[in-house]
Parts: sequence; C-alpha cells; structure tokens
Amino acid sequence: MSLTADDVNKIAHLARLGIDKQDVAAYANDLSGMLDLMTRMSEVNTDDVEPMAHPMDQAQRLRTDIVTELNHREAFQAIAPQVEAGLYLVPKVIE
Amino acid sequence: MHTKTLAELSLGLHKKTYSSVELTQFFLNRIDQHQALNSYITVTPELALAQAKAADQRLADGTADLLTGIPIAQKDIFCTQGVMTTCGSKMLANFNAPYNATVVDKFNLAGAVMLGKLNMDEFAMGSSNETSYFGAVKNPWNINSVPGGSSGGSAAAVSARLAVCATGTDTGGSIRQPAALCGITGLKPTYGRVSRYGMIAYASSLDQGGPMTRSAEDAAIMLQTMAGFDEKDSTSVDVPVPDYRAGLNKSLVGLKIGLPKEFFGEGLDENVAATLAAAIAEYRKLGAEVIDISMPNLKLAIPAYYVIAPAECSANLSRFDGVRYGYRCESPVDLTDLYTRSRGEGFGKEVKRRILMGTYALSTGYYDAYYLKAQKIRRLISEDFKAALATVDVIMGPVTPSTAFGIGEKMDDPIAMYLSDIYTIAINLAGLPAMSIPAGFVANMPVGLQLIGDYFAEVRLLNIAHQYQQVTDWHNFIPTGFE
Repeated sequence: MSLTADDVNKIAHLARLGIDKQDVAAYANDLSGMLDLMTRMSEVNTDDVEPMAHPMDQAQRLRTDIVTELNHREAFQAIAPQVEAGLYLVPKVIE
Repeated sequence: MHTKTLAELSLGLHKKTYSSVELTQFFLNRIDQHQALNSYITVTPELALAQAKAADQRLADGTADLLTGIPIAQKDIFCTQGVMTTCGSKMLANFNAPYNATVVDKFNLAGAVMLGKLNMDEFAMGSSNETSYFGAVKNPWNINSVPGGSSGGSAAAVSARLAVCATGTDTGGSIRQPAALCGITGLKPTYGRVSRYGMIAYASSLDQGGPMTRSAEDAAIMLQTMAGFDEKDSTSVDVPVPDYRAGLNKSLVGLKIGLPKEFFGEGLDENVAATLAAAIAEYRKLGAEVIDISMPNLKLAIPAYYVIAPAECSANLSRFDGVRYGYRCESPVDLTDLYTRSRGEGFGKEVKRRILMGTYALSTGYYDAYYLKAQKIRRLISEDFKAALATVDVIMGPVTPSTAFGIGEKMDDPIAMYLSDIYTIAINLAGLPAMSIPAGFVANMPVGLQLIGDYFAEVRLLNIAHQYQQVTDWHNFIPTGFE
C-alpha cells in the first residue's frame, strides 16, 4: 500500500503537525514502507482473537471521587509560553 | 573508584573509606573529562554536591540506605523539579517540570545523588540515540558507533563509568538494546512494576522504567528502590515488592532454559550467535537444561508494534500544543497556525513520522485494519510467551541482530532501524520482564544475552543473571580510554 503526498498532507492536518513541503515526498515514502511492513499482519487469521489493550488485561482502576490535588496554577503557569491574569494566551479565536 | 560496582561503593561509603562528597566530585570530574561522548544533556554539580553532603550526614548518623550517597544519573525522560527535563526534544528544551517523577522522588528519599540528566532519542523514539535534539551519543567501545537507543546516554554513561548506575525506560527495547551494545546490565521490569508518573509518555501500554547498571546485583539494589505500586499511575500494578537480592545466590541446577528457534534464524550475525552459544554452554555447566521451543507469532511483533506504539504516541504527544508549556512558534497568526507550527518546529523527523503513522492508523476507515488487528496480534504473541513459559523457567536469546552499528549508518532508512528491534519488541507487547547481560565480544564490541521471564519474575531473572556473572567477567570489562 502506498500513500501519496496528498494523503500525507491530510494526515498532517489531522495531527495539526506542520511539515516542510520538501519533506512530504520522503514522509510518503517512509509511511508507505511502514504500511508494507504491516501487511504481514494479514497473513494470520485473527477472527476469534480478543484484542489486547493491557498486558495483564487489567481494567482501569477507579478511585473515590474526592479532591486530592491542591491548586498549582501559579507553578503551572510559570512555565507557560504566554499568560496574563491567570489565563493562557492564544491568538484571537472569535473576532 | 569507578571500577567498583554499586554494591561495593555502598560498602565503602558505609565503612567511611571515602565520603559521598569525594565520590561525587570524582564522578563529576570524569563527566567533565569525557564530554565528547555527549552522554549527558544536563550536569547538575551543585545539586549533586549538596545531595552528597546530606548523604554524608545520613551515613554519619546511621540512617543511610544502600543507595545513600551513590552518584546516579536519570534518563532525561523523568521529570525533575528545578532541573530541565528535555526528553531529547527541542519541544521541551526549556522545560522545567513543576513536579518530580515518582522514580526521582524515590531515589531522593533513598538519599541517592543525582549527577545529571542523560541524553536519549527524542521522546524515546529511536534505536541509536541519533534522533536527540542534543546530538548523537557515542559508544564508549568505539566512538564511531551508536550506543543504541533510546536510553543511549544511560548506557554510554554507565559503560564509561560516568555514573555508578542510571535509569532507563523501555518501550520496544530501549533499556536492553543500548545495554547490550554498550556492554552493561539492563532490566526492563514487568509492565506496571515501576511507576510511570512523571515519566514522559511515549506509548503508555508499553512504557516501563528500569535500572541500567554494571551487574545484576546492582540492578537488584536499584529496582528495590524503583519498584512499587503508585496511586498516581493509573496503570501501576498493586503487587507486593519482594526482596530482589534475596534470590541472587540460588543454584541454577535444574533450571529450564527455552531457546526459541525464531530467535536464532536468519538475520542473526553468526559471530553473535557463536557468542550466545558459548554463554548458553556456561549455563549448562551451571546445571541448566536447554530446551528448543517455538513461538510462531514472534515474526509479527514488529508490524504490530509499529502500529500500536505510533498510535499511542500520536495520542500522547497531542498534549504538546504550544499553549501550556514547551516550545511555541514565533508570531502565530491564528490558533491553528499556533498548533501546527509549534508542533512542526518543535518535533524532529522521527517523532513526526510516528505521529503521522499513528494518526493514520487511528483515522476513520483504518482503525480496524491496523489498530484493532495489531491488538489481536498482540494477544497471539502474548499467548506464545505464556505457552512457552509454562514449560520453561526462562527464555534466552539475542538482544540485537549484530553489535553496534555505525553512527549515520541507518538514519536514512527508518525501516532498517525498526528491524534492528526484532528481538526486544515482542517482550513489551506481552508486558514481560527481561534483561540484557554482557555475554562477550565480537571484534571488541559487546554482545548482550537476553533473559526473558514470567510476569513479576524479576527475582528469578536477577538470580539467573547474577549466577552467570559469578562465573564470567564480561560485565567487568571497561572500554579503552575509560579505565
């Protein structure tokens, strides 16, 4: 299976991932190579096999719904690129 | 002092043969002398000496642990409050974590001294340490060769004696493969054994932290501190932590070793195969019985891994958006531009390749064909291991198809790089514990022997590794120039 430059651009958009124009062909080639590798999986019939998400088939642990964390807003915002009055700043979304 | 193991140095500190400050200064000097290896991203001399001073106090007042005063280093994937945590990426080049990883807290509590943060492949994605934003790490056995990856800085630093021991993380072989290529001992514990809290996520159902050391005994000491249930990690497994050194001296008479034929076929370098055969002969001398086994689904491990790991990575790395922390592009015109350019400029090529692959595998119309199929293959591989481990105590095989390859040799061919993980990846898919131990040399380059055990059988694996290290001295060799 091979991917085109258009496919790569579409996937990059889904991932909100900027890629340089001159690299698109190389990514298309690399991803096609990876997909070729994956076609080997179809050699095996897995119709009756249960998918495995956790090595020990452990379910997600639940905890009591109580507050365990203190407010660390200042510490967290101290490492943010741009904040003002306790808010994270981004370019204007609504005109 | 650098020729001694963690166990020996701990004894020296407790006997007051030297102080932790002396030991720490000695290692800081060595790091300074051998900067050319590029094994550290950040060295923290002031913090280290302050911790060493506090450790000497504990040693004096009798409250010291085995790790108190021992100079160690952390892979730069573990968050350290007050010290940069880069994960080998431009994205986090200025990231000062607001909290410590549980593993870091545990070492601090034990009184270990942190020398600094170790180089690694960007976001732990790589098998050669060449994808690091901070430059490639060199293999101390041959500076033109890679140290392996992604914990390449950890392996190179321990091998060159620039730290007594180090932490690593293993998603598809990232502890074992560099340990093998640099001639040290590496242990990937059972999935869920060591907390992932504060360990920057790559593929959450596969990631596991573990020790990288000179010897199996040292790995046991380190794992004792690292292991344990952690409420802050939702995938942490609540199983009691045994005494990892208690079983070290057990005899191996009657031990059943399984050798999967799939591990010794085409693709394995014949000199590496001969070295491993000699190691297995050594185990026979120790009283072990060798049984040929087969795990037919092993060949599907690489394709399944390169669906599952990128899928999980594409989800995990979506948090890096240029808004809350990490790299942000200059003058974004709108929000989409902010996301797209911050991520495009902040991530390197291999990370982008995996995000793209994962996004594709999870996208509408492809999910069943790739992700679900890979999860089903994952179950088949896991069942192969279960069946094998019902008949043998340990599975042995190679860690890598050859000794360390040259820097630059595989960087233009990602698929060739992925294939070099063939013997390690299946173990992560199954979630089993495994080790790499030094087993000899081919043309002066180290060869690792892989030991794979049942879930939570770390005590047994450490015993099997330690007994081999009692009758061989491959783990004591020091690379030329670092003696």
